[in-house]
Amino acid sequence: MKKSSRLIAGLVGLAGLTLAAAAGAQEKPTPGGTLNMIAQPEPPMLMVGLNTQGPTLYVGGQIYQGLLSYGKDLKVLPSLAKAWEVSEDGLTYTFTIQEGVKWHDGKPFSAEDVVFTADKFLREAHPRWRYIANTYIESITSPSPDTVVFKLKRPFSAFLYAFELSSFPVVPKHIYDGADYRTNPANQAPIGTGPFKFKEWKRGSYIHLVKNEDYWKPGMPHLDELYFRIVPDAASRAVAFEKGTVDVLRGGDVEGFEVRRLSKLQGVTTTTDGWEMYSPLVFMQWNMRKAPFDNKLVRKAIMHAIDRDFIVRNVWFGLGKPAVSPFASTTRFFSDDVSTYPFDLAKAKELIAQSGVKPQEHTIRLMPIPYGTQWDRMAEYVKQQLEQLGFKVDIRAVDAGGWSQALSEWDFDITFNFTYQYGDPALGVARHYLSTNIIKGTPFANNEGYQNPAVDELFLKAASAVDEAEAKAAYAEVQKMITDDVALGWLFEQRNVTIMRDKVKNLVRTGIGVNESMDDVWIAK
Amino acid sequence: MSFLRRYAQNVGALIGLAILVVVVLVALAAPVLYPVSPWQGVGEPLLGPFEDPAYPLGTDLLGRDIAAGIAYGARVSLLIGIISTAVAVVIGVALGALAGFYGGRVDDMLMRFTEFFQTIPAFAMAVVLVAIFSPNITSITLAIAVVSWPPVARLVRGEFLSLRSREFVQAAVVVGQTGPRIMATQILPNAISPIIVTASLMVATAILTESSLSFLGLGDRNMMSWGFMIGAARTMLREAWWLSVFPGVAILVTVLAINLIGEGLNDAMNPHLRGRKG
Repeated sequence: MKKSSRLIAGLVGLAGLTLAAAAGAQEKPTPGGTLNMIAQPEPPMLMVGLNTQGPTLYVGGQIYQGLLSYGKDLKVLPSLAKAWEVSEDGLTYTFTIQEGVKWHDGKPFSAEDVVFTADKFLREAHPRWRYIANTYIESITSPSPDTVVFKLKRPFSAFLYAFELSSFPVVPKHIYDGADYRTNPANQAPIGTGPFKFKEWKRGSYIHLVKNEDYWKPGMPHLDELYFRIVPDAASRAVAFEKGTVDVLRGGDVEGFEVRRLSKLQGVTTTTDGWEMYSPLVFMQWNMRKAPFDNKLVRKAIMHAIDRDFIVRNVWFGLGKPAVSPFASTTRFFSDDVSTYPFDLAKAKELIAQSGVKPQEHTIRLMPIPYGTQWDRMAEYVKQQLEQLGFKVDIRAVDAGGWSQALSEWDFDITFNFTYQYGDPALGVARHYLSTNIIKGTPFANNEGYQNPAVDELFLKAASAVDEAEAKAAYAEVQKMITDDVALGWLFEQRNVTIMRDKVKNLVRTGIGVNESMDDVWIAK
Repeated sequence: MSFLRRYAQNVGALIGLAILVVVVLVALAAPVLYPVSPWQGVGEPLLGPFEDPAYPLGTDLLGRDIAAGIAYGARVSLLIGIISTAVAVVIGVALGALAGFYGGRVDDMLMRFTEFFQTIPAFAMAVVLVAIFSPNITSITLAIAVVSWPPVARLVRGEFLSLRSREFVQAAVVVGQTGPRIMATQILPNAISPIIVTASLMVATAILTESSLSFLGLGDRNMMSWGFMIGAARTMLREAWWLSVFPGVAILVTVLAINLIGEGLNDAMNPHLRGRKG
């Protein structure tokens, strides 16, 4: 069990509790019961194929399922596919699907649904899958009712990692084929293969799911009902957990300091597991098309001027780990043999002097990401540090739409952003650095305008490598180059804490955490 | 009895004035007392009050001095309070005077216009205005002015309506003075007392409105303000009470002081109340 190494210093005291909960997993599950959770913020819809925001995945993950899932060690696990095979040349992927799976409307699930999902639905509706499909996939076929075969144009080492719930939720062909995906009435009452069926959504109040009696895993799910309550105020969410109205708090449901307080309560278990697949990494994103960020020495100076330990400790209450590389340290291919930028104001000022940039001539617009007070505090901290270098900094508060738009249209100086790693750098990391991904229209591309042909080439080489060692070497080289160029200002790796009552068993089992089908979750009486 | 002596008879008004003087002095002296920006972390984060004598009111989670924040916040609060009130009074007096003096259609039109603003809840409108024009100190000041002039216009119109039929005004008309001149030199000086009293109370309301806007995150993000301090610390009330309590006390004391002064001015200026014990 790797748990203790993943727990950060501030939470060491909780390790005992976590291990105790793990021991509880051996007990025999009690059937029945209702699990109360919080959907924060209220999701726009539950159709995971059309929306992949956090709360959508949390609720939708009980209704829809991915073709594969991934362990806490990022090992590939079966989900709707029970077996898979990769050909020697890395060009043919054959999946065998589970038997006896039914959609919630009673129709049988078949390989045709997977082909439709991959070839039509997600290719149109899902930007990340569209990129993979159009770049790498030659053909998708179903030679028999229980097998699906993906033929690739060239090897893609990350391909097996592209079938997780948020990347590849399998959707019903008989409902979506031939109709407009976005206006389909089934989006309001979703139909999936998951352990729970959609029952009712009272906007602003709760989302109610009930047990799927025809679920394909025998004897599961154990729970009868799931409630995802909508509580817009952070303090009220903490109170709801204390009062027992909800049994689970997902990472981000309550503020950092509340995590500390609530985890000390009697009968409460916490874990930082269940985020390995995503491993969110937070960074500053600057517009490299503009002065002063076009100057590498200035970017280096800014990195030296920011105390990442301070940010983690004081703004995020220890729920993180300072980042040294563009790759999260929890993921494969992470390398710490990179250019590092320890906090050193004197050095930062020296670099500014060397750069020839006169900081007082620049007013930097700092646009905080509008995700809550901790991000605001971080903006204030970065502002104060940049001002120490002599820059003038103007904080521009925006709402979520304004942030997304400004970043997508490259109309920004500096902002915060974060990336989910999705288990493989080719899926979660490369998109922020490839010059081919300098595109408008999304906030999660190479919005900073970083261009380095050598980096492009290495990423491509690593992604097409059939041999893992070859990929590793290329990725190590890439990390060195990007950190030397300071393409982005890496701040820290987020550690999200799931807080739950002791009676909730088996909740966080895989690397996608609470988004995993809760078929094996049960409540002790 | 002179105005000052009448004012001084009201103990509450004197206390209010004393407090306000202190607040103004703190606001003026802020850059001298705290040469470092209030946004700059200076001490250990989350120091409680009096834990470190250098930061008597404690520090917030970035190590920023709460006392410095309150001193700089006083500047923002007073600045916005006074300027927005001044703007509101100018608009209100102008419209009210025209409506009250000319009456008839002018009055109808101006009063319907005023009522249009009065029917919209003031704070909701301020929120909308600030959100539209992006939060900065100018837009906040103007938004507060825009929502607070209608009562002034109403009040001034009433005063002008009653004063314009008095003999001294009629005399001025007979002498041949023009309308604007009569308004400015004959009527306005006689209507000034209630305007001053109302304006003093409006400063207090404006400070509260600015604090509420900042509390909701609609403040100027580059200016330290009391409402911002409370809004930022609100969720941490149980962990670090001093982050929100001290700015809260600052708002309470300042607004109370201005209300006491308003009351004192009212007593001192209103002839009907002369002789009332303060």
